[in-house]
Amino acid sequence: MTLLDFARGPAMQIAIIIFVLGIFWRLVGVWALRQKKDLSEPRQKGAWIGGIKGLFVHAWPYKPFVPKVGTQYIVGYIIHLGLFIVLIFGTPHMLFFADIVGFTWWTLPGGVITAVSVITLVALFVALAKRLVNPVQRLISNFDDYAAWFLTTAPFVTGLMTKMNLWPHYETGLAIHILSVWLLLIYFPFGKLMHSFWFVVSRYTTGSRFARRGGMS
Amino acid sequence: MSNKTVTEIELDLESKRLSVRKPEERFDVQGEMSDDERIEKAMLNFAKDFGRVSATYMESCIHCGACAHACPFYEASGDPRHTPIWKIEPFKQAYKREAGPLAFVYKTLNLKPKVTVDELKNWQELLYDTCTMCGRCTLICPMSIDIATLVGMARHAMFHAGLVPHELYTVTEKAFKEGSPLGATPQVFEDRIEWMGDEHEVEMHVDEDQADVLVLMSSIEIQKYPESMAATAKILNHMGKSWTFRTDGYEATNFGMLSGNTAWQKDMSMKIINAAEKIGAKLVILPECGHAYQALRWQGANMYGKPLPFQVQHISEFLADAIDAGAIKLKTLNKSVAFHDPCQVSRRGGATPAPRKVLEALGVEQRETESGGNMNLCCGGGGGVITIHRADTLRYKIMGNKFRQLDATGAEMMVTSCSNCRQNFDDSGEKLNWGKEMNSLLELVADNLVEEAK
Ligand code: HEM
Ligand code: HEM
Ligand code: HEM
Ligand code: SF4
Ligand code: SF4
Repeated sequence: MTLLDFARGPAMQIAIIIFVLGIFWRLVGVWALRQKKDLSEPRQKGAWIGGIKGLFVHAWPYKPFVPKVGTQYIVGYIIHLGLFIVLIFGTPHMLFFADIVGFTWWTLPGGVITAVSVITLVALFVALAKRLVNPVQRLISNFDDYAAWFLTTAPFVTGLMTKMNLWPHYETGLAIHILSVWLLLIYFPFGKLMHSFWFVVSRYTTGSRFARRGGMS
Repeated sequence: MSNKTVTEIELDLESKRLSVRKPEERFDVQGEMSDDERIEKAMLNFAKDFGRVSATYMESCIHCGACAHACPFYEASGDPRHTPIWKIEPFKQAYKREAGPLAFVYKTLNLKPKVTVDELKNWQELLYDTCTMCGRCTLICPMSIDIATLVGMARHAMFHAGLVPHELYTVTEKAFKEGSPLGATPQVFEDRIEWMGDEHEVEMHVDEDQADVLVLMSSIEIQKYPESMAATAKILNHMGKSWTFRTDGYEATNFGMLSGNTAWQKDMSMKIINAAEKIGAKLVILPECGHAYQALRWQGANMYGKPLPFQVQHISEFLADAIDAGAIKLKTLNKSVAFHDPCQVSRRGGATPAPRKVLEALGVEQRETESGGNMNLCCGGGGGVITIHRADTLRYKIMGNKFRQLDATGAEMMVTSCSNCRQNFDDSGEKLNWGKEMNSLLELVADNLVEEAK
């Protein structure tokens, strides 16, 4: 079995099992906790509307905060959009998913994907530099923050190398790219990458709690 | 420092802010306990009110650091340790190690070290001196984490581990022993009601057997701003309400809640609830006090174990309703006014529109600060911070920022509806030569009541 066979075979299966079970465990571990009912008389009905609203209002900082964190949000959006575009609209990726879901879709030309990847990589390095230089972020960061950064960045680096044929041996290079993705999936449930799930839960929780009272959202 | 509990210090009634005198020697550790015991007590009490909501918040932080920029303490100090989420770091660490869904991983691999007493001692300043639980950090957080609630839980833990700042411990002890944190015993309360009744020639109602409305006061009003009592009485009399003060249920502050002792919190809330039930009250009016609003309006029913048999309103809500119903009419005040929102009433309480309605009825020109309403910058004195002498320097600096925002509106008059904020404005205003005065919304209404309308 070549490294590529391993990457496309057992490695993938193991990674996906850990990914799915890990996420399930972590979400259920929190949701299973009991929560005392709030008996106070709500100011208004329909707390869930506030919860839904909360999902959206925190997607961009409120006006007084824009001068302070606006740029950071833009960098964040570039990273996440880049991730999404490359993953869904890159032709090799689409073909990979098409195998699973059984249908194909429109993709972006390879050159565009390369450009998006480079921009995303730059944004990732800007985020890392900020984390290392900004005294606040530096103080509150831990191993997880750097691990998550590394594991998100690795597929971009190895993917670009595959695309540009920079590996001494193409197939092994591709295998490394694929394995870097499985590593990301394996780590995903155990650290902050889970924020892609928690953000829904947390924003909804605050949104609905305070919609009940009035005040902040 | 030793574990001796020499916490007895006298109240300082001369200063503009109400606290105890500056301790000559600080005792910021209480009780005789071994280090292990302290840690155990801390963690046990932290975990006590832990549920799905707090666990979600503990899981969600992505360490983006945005919250620092919303916090009045970080903004004033620039010290990264004052980053909101960092204030609960030891408890986050303990959660991950002991309680989260991945605790077994962290524990077996020792990825998160055990929290130590020294660590908690170092965090005392972060949890008590540099957080008012104002909730502004939640607004900026991309994950909407309610850090103020987590700080509250961490404070509960610290209290039970005997790791509370000296002054705060002293006032809490006074509240427990004397029924009031700031010397407003039932006798003092009665004397002051009588005094205000004579001085302002208003009819006072004390200890009536039957009344529709029970009126509460906080120690700060009783001791520093007794005019509140006269103002409330004047308005209620004018409206022809059946109301009363009760010497067996008047203290609106709840030191059980503050100190994190749920049994005391319940006792203190039950005093009020029992008094209200005894007289058949349909409404309990809370004074201009932010913390009282949290304690009774939002936590009262949870202490009682069922919905409260009466309505609870902050005085600003009561006034807004009275104006809406046409029950009171106000003279027009030809002034521009900037309103300072008390965090616990507005952002965390939801009564933000009420004072604005009242000001509209006064016909003033309302000028919002650059970051007003639910977005308001905290005055830096809530959550007991104002009692701690060690915290003064930073508190004045925060107030400097606050003054700049208020002054920038160019308003002629400043108004708020929390007497704790008000005493912070009085104290800091004197210190920083602000040259302006913070007024009470309630007193403003009482002073401008159209009385012949009846
Ligand atoms: C967001 C991070 C990325 C993820 C999760 C990801 C995922 C994957 C996966 C799962 C495959 C395997 C498909 C197969 O089995 O054939 C793959 C292949 C590939 N990826 Fe990525 N990738 C990422 C980023 C990139 C980037 C940034 C590029 C370059 C612009 C890239 C270029 C490629 C290429 C050229 C292949 C090989 C196609 C083939 O020859 O079969 N990837 N990627
Ligand atoms: C749709 C779900 C997601 C949402 C709403 C989301 C949201 C966020 C936010 C708000 C930040 C903070 C940005 C800042 O510093 O201001 C962030 C950071 C980050 N996210 Fe996501 N994210 C999502 C999914 C993902 C996924 C799927 C990955 C990777 C596989 C990921 C990787 C990262 C990384 C690495 C950072 C840290 C960047 C740094 O070091 O500052 N995110 N995310
Ligand atoms: C000198 C007497 C006072 C002391 C020592 C004190 C102490 C504290 C403490 C320790 C907390 C934290 C609550 C917790 O752990 O859950 C707190 C909360 C608070 N206090 Fe005070 N307090 C005092 C008087 C007052 C008064 C009279 C007011 C209002 C007029 C007030 C306004 C607030 C507010 C707005 C909060 C946040 C409420 C919450 O969400 O818990 N404080 N106070
Ligand atoms: S609640 Fe207010 S004072 Fe406390 S950390 Fe958050 S912003 Fe700062
Ligand atoms: S703003 Fe929210 S997510 Fe960001 S560091 Fe602060 S608490 Fe964590």
